[in-house]
Amino acid sequence: MSRESTIDGLVEQKYRHGFVTDIESDTMPPGLSEEVIRAISIRKNEPEWLLEWRLKAYATWLKMEQPNWAHLNIEEIDFQKISYFSSPKSDKDRPQSLDEVDPKLLETYDKLGVPLHERARLAGVAVDAVFDSVSVGTTFKAELRKAGVIFCSFSEAVAEHPELVKKYLGSVVPQRDNFFAALNSAVFTDGSFVFIPRGVRCPMELSTYFRINAAETGQFERTLIVAEEGSHVSYLEGCTAPMRDENQLHAAVVELIALEDANIKYSTVQNWYPGDENGKGGIYNFVTKRGDCRGDRSRISWTQVETGSAITWKYPSCVLRGDDSVGEFYSVALTSNYQQADTGTKMVHLGRNTRSKIISKGISAMQGQNAYRGLVKVSPKADNARNYTQCDSMLIGKKCGAHTFPYIEVRNPTAKVEHEATTSRIGEDQLFYCLQRGISEEDAVSMIVDGFCKQVFKELPMEFAVEAKALLEVSLEGAVG
Amino acid sequence: MLQIKNLHAKVAGKEILKGLNLELEAGEIHAIMGPNGAGKSTLGNVLAGREGYEVTAGEVIFNGKNLLDLEPEERACEGVFLAFQYPVEIPGVNNTYFLRAALNAQRKYRGEAELDSVDFLRLVREKLKILDIGDKLLHRAVNEGFSGGEKKRNEIFQMAVLEPKLAVLDETDSGLDIDALKTVATGVNRLRSPDRGMIVVTHYQRLLDYIVPDKVHVLADGKLVATGGADLALKLEEQGYAWLEDGGIQSLELGAGDQQ
Repeated sequence: MSRESTIDGLVEQKYRHGFVTDIESDTMPPGLSEEVIRAISIRKNEPEWLLEWRLKAYATWLKMEQPNWAHLNIEEIDFQKISYFSSPKSDKDRPQSLDEVDPKLLETYDKLGVPLHERARLAGVAVDAVFDSVSVGTTFKAELRKAGVIFCSFSEAVAEHPELVKKYLGSVVPQRDNFFAALNSAVFTDGSFVFIPRGVRCPMELSTYFRINAAETGQFERTLIVAEEGSHVSYLEGCTAPMRDENQLHAAVVELIALEDANIKYSTVQNWYPGDENGKGGIYNFVTKRGDCRGDRSRISWTQVETGSAITWKYPSCVLRGDDSVGEFYSVALTSNYQQADTGTKMVHLGRNTRSKIISKGISAMQGQNAYRGLVKVSPKADNARNYTQCDSMLIGKKCGAHTFPYIEVRNPTAKVEHEATTSRIGEDQLFYCLQRGISEEDAVSMIVDGFCKQVFKELPMEFAVEAKALLEVSLEGAVG
Repeated sequence: MLQIKNLHAKVAGKEILKGLNLELEAGEIHAIMGPNGAGKSTLGNVLAGREGYEVTAGEVIFNGKNLLDLEPEERACEGVFLAFQYPVEIPGVNNTYFLRAALNAQRKYRGEAELDSVDFLRLVREKLKILDIGDKLLHRAVNEGFSGGEKKRNEIFQMAVLEPKLAVLDETDSGLDIDALKTVATGVNRLRSPDRGMIVVTHYQRLLDYIVPDKVHVLADGKLVATGGADLALKLEEQGYAWLEDGGIQSLELGAGDQQ
């Protein structure tokens, strides 16, 4: 076997998905119309104002066209063929114990180091006696309540904190922002809501809590995080464990609001089903994520590790409105087989002395196509704005591609904007160097990739940095077994 | 310890080694000199098992084993070390971490216990002391941003830690100024050992002022065309490689190498 084909063998991701459940009976028939939106709102028992908000978004969406500017090959999506509501699975339709779960999936959990007590929940096992999530969740919840932190599902927030939702919903990502954001605004079914009151440092990584409680993410998720003056929060979404979903299109919206001196750290580790080795059947992940540094000296930091999805199209962005505010974006995106990613960030400098930093690491293997697209915009009033962008691409094998599209718009002469970009090939020479020292090929590949991603991994909460590293190893070393 | 018999090898379809024979005993240092394109680097890469170097005939016996049957990493674990002409950068991978991974992979292969970080650091300190080099390179990524001299020193440092049985130094002197050359040569000399054979591949004689070989071979057009003592290197330096083609080989073989 030639070295080239060995590398291909190594990077060929063996996606160990779990099981595919039958479509639930309580699923709306496919199609999108005003009636469907009304029906969603009724099922969710929503107040009138939210229904109106949805309908307005729907009217906007109808006038929009699906964009096609990304460096992506997307089969046309028929929005009338999608079902926009399905109720959560009932326990009787789930596997009743881990014994019923695909052993391959369990093996992956093992490799990823997923704690034993989380495996059942991740695999979708009915959680009665098997797994005591309730008590763990309750403990967390009590601790959060004591600190005054609100962390609940979006539906719960609509019911219990309507004034907060009403005040902030759509204030960062307006309905008309883009095609998919408008669609999400019309049909979103659930998501998460976080509110950190003034001066509070959230007593725990919301990641931990999140993993226990919010596994079932919808097709059209909505996340809203509000950090009041001087508060701090670190939030992690996603999971390194592979996620299979019958919904092909995922169009989430995430809005972050940081008031004066507030600090939001948002980390994503996503491992959606990428499709088979011919690129069939994977998830389309079209997400709008934006943070608004609304107050002076506020700070928003995005960190993402993306290894899944057939197509990823997202640009977690920061609007640096407050003076001296800071935006950061750290990203690792891996595309293998026929995966495509067009991802990056936007840093919009509006306030004075605003700073932004972008570290993007793209890894392409097999026929994977990886594009970085980033906008750095400095408005006329943003005196002394600073940006540093570093954009590195790594190619594994010869059939993949890496593309970089930096956009820089500077309208203030005091701005200082730096952009660095490199492209390297994990090459025969690096591999041979490792082999010649006695290191096995698999260890060599993961070592090289891990080194490449180091700047981003160190931004992740510790436990997830370890998992993210394992995730890349699994993604690149399907042959391990 | 090493017997190379009638070795033929191709690179990109072109025959580079055309029947090379060489015997090396433990404890010896052999220098291989030759003009550009003679196949000097090819020899090192073939011994290390690099992809793209296709052996078409001949055999290589290393401590009783057929080296050509082994994977590159197995050859390394058997004790074959190649000091690269162009050491490769691996950004973000700490040099110490890399070296420990390598040493432990080799130890595991040999059925020895892996070293924990405390023991490993102790070993590393000891080797740094022997080589008389600072510990700065421990904290950096593998060869990343290293100067030419630092890269070569790092190769020698790796060799010191991995303690190979056979070390092939591929143009270790290329791109070095005289001070860096001396440092590297000093390191190599300190790693001379009765259990270790070394092949020093070089284009220039000057390295051999500092690393005095037991034998000097001249490689031309894929074969060893002459073998002699350290003085052969001086002869080559004086006369240039052109002298070989102008009948110098014949004169050597006649035992009259000093005639003009």
